[in-house]
Amino acid sequence: MPILSIILFTPLLGFLGVLLIPGSKKRVIKIWANLAAFAGFLVSLRLTEWFDKSHPGFQFVERASWIPSLGVQYLLGIDGISFLLIMLTTLIGFIAVLCSWSAIDERVKEYYAMLFLLQCGMLGVFMALDFFLFYLFWEVVLVPMYFLIGIWGGPRKLYAALKFFLYTMAGSVLMLLGIFTLYFQYFHQFGRYTFEISELMRLTLPLGIERWVFWAFFIGFAIKVPMFPFHTWLPDAHTEAPTAGSVILAAVLLKMGTYGFIRFSLPLLPQASIDHTIVTILAVLSLIGILYGALVSLMQQDWKKLVAYSSVSHLGFCTLGIFSLNHAGLAGSVIQQVNHGISTGMLFLIVGVIYERRHTREISEYGGLAHIMPQFAFVFAFAMLSSAGLPLLNGFVGEFTILQGAFAASKVWGAFAVLGIIFGAAYLLWLYQRTMLGEVTNEKNRGLRDLTPREWAVFLPLMAWAVWIGVYPKPYFDILDKPVTQIVERVHGKTQPVEASLTEVAR
Amino acid sequence: MHQLWLIPAFPLLGFLINGIFGKKFSKRAVSLFAVGSVLLSFLWVVKTLMAISPLETLYTEHYFTWIASGAALNIGFDLSVDRLTSVMLLVVTGIGSLIHIYATGYMAHEPGPNHGGYYRFFSYLNLFMFFMLILVLAANYLLLFVGWEGVGLCSYLLIGFYFVKKSATNAGIKAFVVNRIGDFGFSLAIFLIFIQFGSLDFQKVFAQAGGLADEVQAGVITATCLLLMVGAAGKSAQVPLYVWLPDAMEGPTPVSALIHAATMVTAGVYMVARSAPLFNHAPIAMEVVAVIGLLTAVMAATIGMTQNDIKKVYAYSTVSQLGYMFLACGVGAYSAGIYHVMTHAFFKALLFLGAGSVIHALQGEQDLRNMGGLRSKIPVTFLTLLCASLAIAGFPYTSGFMSKDEILVAAHHHSPAMFWIGVITASMTAFYVWRALFLCFFGRYRGSAHPHESPLVITLPLGVLALLSILGGFFRVPVWLEPVLGKAPEGHDPALVIISVAAGLIGIFLAWLFYVAKPGLPDTFARALKGLYTLVYNKYFVDEAYDAVIIRPVVDGSRTVLWKGFDVGVVDGIVNGVGSVSRGVGGILRTLQGGSIRNYAALTLLGAVLVLAAVAFTGGAQ
Repeated sequence: MPILSIILFTPLLGFLGVLLIPGSKKRVIKIWANLAAFAGFLVSLRLTEWFDKSHPGFQFVERASWIPSLGVQYLLGIDGISFLLIMLTTLIGFIAVLCSWSAIDERVKEYYAMLFLLQCGMLGVFMALDFFLFYLFWEVVLVPMYFLIGIWGGPRKLYAALKFFLYTMAGSVLMLLGIFTLYFQYFHQFGRYTFEISELMRLTLPLGIERWVFWAFFIGFAIKVPMFPFHTWLPDAHTEAPTAGSVILAAVLLKMGTYGFIRFSLPLLPQASIDHTIVTILAVLSLIGILYGALVSLMQQDWKKLVAYSSVSHLGFCTLGIFSLNHAGLAGSVIQQVNHGISTGMLFLIVGVIYERRHTREISEYGGLAHIMPQFAFVFAFAMLSSAGLPLLNGFVGEFTILQGAFAASKVWGAFAVLGIIFGAAYLLWLYQRTMLGEVTNEKNRGLRDLTPREWAVFLPLMAWAVWIGVYPKPYFDILDKPVTQIVERVHGKTQPVEASLTEVAR
Repeated sequence: MHQLWLIPAFPLLGFLINGIFGKKFSKRAVSLFAVGSVLLSFLWVVKTLMAISPLETLYTEHYFTWIASGAALNIGFDLSVDRLTSVMLLVVTGIGSLIHIYATGYMAHEPGPNHGGYYRFFSYLNLFMFFMLILVLAANYLLLFVGWEGVGLCSYLLIGFYFVKKSATNAGIKAFVVNRIGDFGFSLAIFLIFIQFGSLDFQKVFAQAGGLADEVQAGVITATCLLLMVGAAGKSAQVPLYVWLPDAMEGPTPVSALIHAATMVTAGVYMVARSAPLFNHAPIAMEVVAVIGLLTAVMAATIGMTQNDIKKVYAYSTVSQLGYMFLACGVGAYSAGIYHVMTHAFFKALLFLGAGSVIHALQGEQDLRNMGGLRSKIPVTFLTLLCASLAIAGFPYTSGFMSKDEILVAAHHHSPAMFWIGVITASMTAFYVWRALFLCFFGRYRGSAHPHESPLVITLPLGVLALLSILGGFFRVPVWLEPVLGKAPEGHDPALVIISVAAGLIGIFLAWLFYVAKPGLPDTFARALKGLYTLVYNKYFVDEAYDAVIIRPVVDGSRTVLWKGFDVGVVDGIVNGVGSVSRGVGGILRTLQGGSIRNYAALTLLGAVLVLAAVAFTGGAQ
């Protein structure tokens, strides 16, 4: 059974369904969208049964020739890294649809259509093993996100949408140049064209070219992550996007960047990836991101912007883990990518809950909400602690593992990264104090409704997941063990390109 | 298997039950689950300790692998017990039970059940017990860190329990953030340990500690121990990270007694004593520990002498007494430090609970200047506080005398100067504690409330603790700990004992002179030494200095330089600049921007083709 294609195209089914329902029947559209999104999550659950964590290569591989003359294939497959990100995507995709029930009431049809398109694009990014296919999905993601921000966003939505679009577009173009360089180099060496990743790994390139391609990829991925100093699109995009948009943006979209580093930069350009200058620059940028994001976050007056800047800090940990170039760093990074999806996803959902009730994100408009909305206060506290890395919740496991890896790579990096943890507690606690604690300072906040059952349904899966990863993360480490080991060995030159890794597993 | 996990599991269960269903329970039911779970935990501790005795080596139970990555990193969820743990376990669950019982009386007037104060309080308190027991039972540094962070969280939650008060929530954040600074050091130490020893298990680390080369010991071990001490200084409120503890008194009084006197704040001492095999190879680090401890003891004692809030007096006293414990560890008398942890838990918990009973009797009054003459009005509270004050002043054969004596003798063995500073501090200790006692219970009543004695649920724990404060020193902890922490320095010099007892008595006498015999004296002194008095009364302006030197620059720097300056100014300036240039060009090409998706798609495709062609040209040329 082509399970990956099924997962990939279930959202498209949702998309088509939405298109068929007349725009005036909002309720029907919403019900259909929720059902389809839930179905999307359910089909992906089959992967948890079938995924074989002891298998060393890509699994569930599907291959079909697409444009033979250019060497373009429809080639899907996953390993442990993409498996985890896919599960994150399908769950967050469903939650994003669910949380939009009452938030979106204009142009409902187009809205859900965009969400489904986005979902398909993101899943494709994590499944594609053909660079052309990857790039296609990468670009597909851009369009619906642009419209989600530009149409259903806040007051400065147009500025934010355009900024998002231009930034990421600029990155994509450079990445494309890098891809083509590899493509033509491959032709040069082997006399045929292919975009297949594992084929391209057989290339032997002079360090100069590897470096050049690395930086081209870097621009594309670093803007997406976003790494300092390419991060300024993120606060605007996050802040202006509708809740579902922010949640997807933070939880999944940013991971496309980190995933790109892990899947392409490291294995395809192993020499450049361990180049001392490059690694140092990336580690330093990550560290700046960690501290800078946290400090700027501390000063925000806008609830959503604060959470957005905290993403810069958290993603800094993820990239630092990657460029520690060791097992702990990489495994921790992937786990932290999932964690960030869970925790920051929750934080954005929390802003969404309150924004829906009060239509303002100004922190000073709030205060003492814990009296009025005690359940909300509890969920917020939970999300805050998970994000701040309290032990026995998810964030701690990822942070600790990354830090261990960073420390093994360089004690100085480790020390600076640990410093970020201090600030991580500060900005969230202060936000919590200003919004939730104290007296009720604003009469408009009296009588606000506490969490509804639907909102609980949005939070509960994420909370359960946070506890699971926090208390018993072993299954995740097991899943990541094989792919991470391979990448580490690859960059340190212990294995030759793994052609054999691409074994077909028919289902 | 002795099912050690049950010890923390009981309070965790209590937390879950009260946390989830407490809102619908009556107060009686909430109390039952809260107190019952801690009592069960205490009983399980006693049963287990008797079953595993004599406990001369570390007994470990492995449950599951927690964090494992690659071949190198493998950290288990393991609990262990030895004699050191046993003392901590008994103190934590024993005193914990008493304070839980007391709290059911003390918190009875919290609005509830619908306002949620009562059940919220007890669920936090149970959660604290869970994390504290994890901290004590942990068999490796990371699990210890789990408990360490967890108790920090509960401390934050409970300090800010009256979350309507801005000062309370501020104090909570201060505690959390200052503790995080300590955690910064502790985390670095953990990573260093892992890199050096390839493991975080106590047994494996300590087994290797002895066999290291000299230069490793001098470098890595010293650095590790110093970083551990940074962590300990945060949690146990030592110079320069002590500033959060006095503010932490914003929490309800049972919290001050349990968390900020008897148990959590001693976690740093426990951690240092636990790491004794490392510290023993780092003489420089030990010297630093001793000096920090002594400095903290003196500094906090001087501040304690000038405070007017009864809880603040006891808070600074806690800081000061913790300093003694670190002094003990620093001079190698770890067992004396743990001894003092135990006796201090008795008398300091009693001081706080007694203060709580006074505050309760006076409907919330905490200012010593508005008390006085309460001796006859609340006699039980007075008698129990008298016992605690005798103990902390080191009156012969009380618990405080026994343990402090042990510490001072060890300090003398190490350096006579440290002994003398310790003795002077002991004198100041006696002075401020008895000053509080005299101001509170002697003279005439200066307030306007109608004092009444507290109910039995409050006075009963006071009685038990009073008994322990007087007689608790006869649990000979140093002897019990010999197999784990080694023998304390020998050589009891009766002269030293006499000197330290005399110091305590002088302190008490001076307090009597100042506050009972000649009540005008303190003002005369304060006026005569105005500068010094203002300095000490304002706690040496340390908070203000931190604010000016650290907090302001960070806040202003982040706002003006990083955010408004770099982000909005530089990066966005460039981005928007590029934007306006393109807009100028775009004016010419406006026809292209029709806003239809089809056109954009076509343009994107066109661009891609152009790029493709360009690369094909250059790439093909190579």
